Amino acid sequence: MANEKVHVRQISKEFIVSSKGIEDRITALQDVSFSVQEGEIIALTGTSGCGKTTMLRIIMGLENQSSGIVEVGGKQVTGPGYDRGMIFQHAELLPWRTALENVEFGLEVKGVSPQERREAAKYYLELVGLKDAMNHRPTQLSGGMKQRVGIARALAIDPDVLLMDEPFGALDAQTRETLQDELLKIHEQTKKTIIFVTHDLDEAVLLADKVVVMFPDPGRIHEIVDINIQRPRNDVIAIKGSDEFNQKRYYIWKALKTAASSTVGV
Amino acid sequence: MEGRSTVITTRKDQVSKINKMSSKRKPIKDIYIIIISLVLIMLIWEIFGRQINPIFASYPTAIFFAFFDLMEGGTLVTAFGQSVQPLAVGYLLAAVVGIPIGLLIGRYRIVESAINIYVIAGYATPLVALIPLFVLWFGLGFGVKVAIVFTLTIFPIIINTTDGVKAVPKTMIEVGTAFVASQSAIMRKIIIPATIPHIMTGLRLGVGKAVIAMVIAEFFTSISGLGGIIINSGNNFDTAKMFVPVIILMILGVGLTALVGKLESIVAPWQDKMTKKHE
Repeated sequence: MANEKVHVRQISKEFIVSSKGIEDRITALQDVSFSVQEGEIIALTGTSGCGKTTMLRIIMGLENQSSGIVEVGGKQVTGPGYDRGMIFQHAELLPWRTALENVEFGLEVKGVSPQERREAAKYYLELVGLKDAMNHRPTQLSGGMKQRVGIARALAIDPDVLLMDEPFGALDAQTRETLQDELLKIHEQTKKTIIFVTHDLDEAVLLADKVVVMFPDPGRIHEIVDINIQRPRNDVIAIKGSDEFNQKRYYIWKALKTAASSTVGV
Repeated sequence: MEGRSTVITTRKDQVSKINKMSSKRKPIKDIYIIIISLVLIMLIWEIFGRQINPIFASYPTAIFFAFFDLMEGGTLVTAFGQSVQPLAVGYLLAAVVGIPIGLLIGRYRIVESAINIYVIAGYATPLVALIPLFVLWFGLGFGVKVAIVFTLTIFPIIINTTDGVKAVPKTMIEVGTAFVASQSAIMRKIIIPATIPHIMTGLRLGVGKAVIAMVIAEFFTSISGLGGIIINSGNNFDTAKMFVPVIILMILGVGLTALVGKLESIVAPWQDKMTKKHE
């Protein structure tokens, strides 16, 4: 556990937005620093506009920071890489590919032989409980199933770190809970380091070891809250009834609430 | 509450049942109406056509006999070949050249800035006006027909392909980027498959343009093929004979369009609904 997997050092990001000739400088992220130990789950949370998704995209290498450094496994991030697997908000499956072919995508691009990547894709589809839907196209899959395929696709390249951008945000409450349980199980099995963005505080506290609470204008870290709930977190019912869960959840909620009302006051 | 929800679901079931029934019944009904409509129109055409001087109009049975007349000497078959060959060559050439150009314009801003103005200009210009020039360049034979078909067909193909590339969601391309796909892999594995429905729309629109281009080419150049029969019969005041190639051209256009549509559902079976929206 002592191994540091992801290190975010003083990341800042500025946009220049111009409308009608007036240029506006927006600070999406200001001096954001945190680190993630190997095998940990970290939640980035905060109100809209706090830059949590931007932060995740910078770690993935899909966006460039204005200043600061991101290191994954001791190597500086300069763009996307196979050490990180991205899970998108709306799964973003390729509609012309079957579930299995979608999971194969990363390996295919990487140049893995057809037989090998098929084997791997089958393994990971089974891991996310979709063995039977292997040959279904995305239009034949429910939202939850699509996101399972998205998770399998990211796992298939065997990354060190999983990056998830509000992965369950678009799902209904029941499906979301099922997939949260599923993610905890997958984490137990694979011990992947996971960084995920969420609006849902229940989700953040239930899944994460640390919750990074972010505030907007400019996007910055308010506090990093440790969640001291034992793993494996199999008994979700007991966890959600526990003092630790409810206290931490309330604590984070209060912090965000105060921040939101102070912004409205301005 | 439970009671209410069951009522709602049963109502939904009924609605969906009704929808299913009507959607099953519809095609049969449609066919009957189409047949009745065709028969009626033919009858009306026949009756009124017979009253008019045959120089000014014709009627179905006369056209039918003219068809056999033209078939007998092999005139029609030869003419059909003369027409279809340059049509096929020009159309395929337009597809082979137009699709890659469209992909590049849609994908790369530099290419778009460099050549898109010519595509727009080419699409807007009545290219028929250039036929005299084409005749000077390519003569009066096979080549000029191919050139005219090619020129009139390529622009809708390019424009639709470009539109298709631009309609590919950014997040879909980002999937490629996140999995470290190269530019060419993103093109082959994401953009081209995502653009196929638009390409097919372009190809389908291209069929209509190609048939028009072919007939015009035959009018203005060598006066051969199906267009040649139209001109010659017209000059001889043989209106019934003139209608034969017109009807063949109509069937050809409809047939080829259906063929491209069929091809579309073979190449892109996953997006039947989406392509229907684009029409």
